[in-house]
Amino acid sequence: MDLKLGHYNKDGIEVVDVEGEIDVYTAPRLRELLIDLVNKNNYQLVVNMEKVEFLDSTGLGVLVGGLKRVRAHDGSLDLVCTQERILKIFRITGLTKVFGIHDTVDQAIAAKKSEK
Amino acid sequence: MATVEVTFTPLPAHVRTARLVATAVARRSGVDESLLDEVRLAVGEACSRAVEAHQRHCPAEPVRIEMTDHDQRFVVTVSDHAPTSRPAVAATENGIHDGAGHDGAGHDGAGHDGAGHDGAGHDGAGEDGIGYEAIGHDGGSAIPAGFGLAVISGLAEDVRVLSTSSGVSVRMSWPSTAAS
Repeated sequence: MDLKLGHYNKDGIEVVDVEGEIDVYTAPRLRELLIDLVNKNNYQLVVNMEKVEFLDSTGLGVLVGGLKRVRAHDGSLDLVCTQERILKIFRITGLTKVFGIHDTVDQAIAAKKSEK
Repeated sequence: MATVEVTFTPLPAHVRTARLVATAVARRSGVDESLLDEVRLAVGEACSRAVEAHQRHCPAEPVRIEMTDHDQRFVVTVSDHAPTSRPAVAATENGIHDGAGHDGAGHDGAGHDGAGHDGAGHDGAGEDGIGYEAIGHDGGSAIPAGFGLAVISGLAEDVRVLSTSSGVSVRMSWPSTAAS
């Protein structure tokens, strides 16, 4: 399955819905979207990965790159993910300590608001 | 003789095809369903690395994957023909060891015992000065060179990375039930 991307604003936080496979072929599209959002002054991002079927190190690189960009503006990038096979990749790379990972979009938004 | 061989032009779009083929052959070879995600990810990482290397050095040359059954193991070898370079050694070494170290799933062990697996793949890669190209995490990403190999090391219980002047081959294996 190819990659489908969408985004919407909720309570001042930009939520990015990602569906499909994030790999060396599709990751550039996600990177472009994250860059575009940051360029439009969205520094509080939640990436919803509940419908992601595959994620590799290229995809991780894009997420880390997005995190760097929003942090440069004192923002944050949190993830929504409950799929074990995706979470495993974050665990073996140690990135669970880098990203806030939540069970639902609402939880992610609530966590961001409590940080403010 | 390999059960299945695949060659493909070094384009990112074909990496997905390679993953699908490897997963299908692994299933056919009797690799447990619970390991198929690992096979898919590890083969994808190895192919991504090879594609990146070929695009940089020899875009006309195909990347090659061999899949075979040997001694109750499903063995995948991803080979590139790109000349190796040295600058990424430190990052690669760290990446591999970090990747293995973070693996909490108990995959370390079996593949590192005996048969010189460890020496050929992990330690050899760093100490012998064998380098790898960075995987294409452009755009100012914080992901270091060799990160994909670190992921592979964290996933597959048996990984060997062999580097020669004519290219790098990543050999990975998983237990299978098929007779060799």
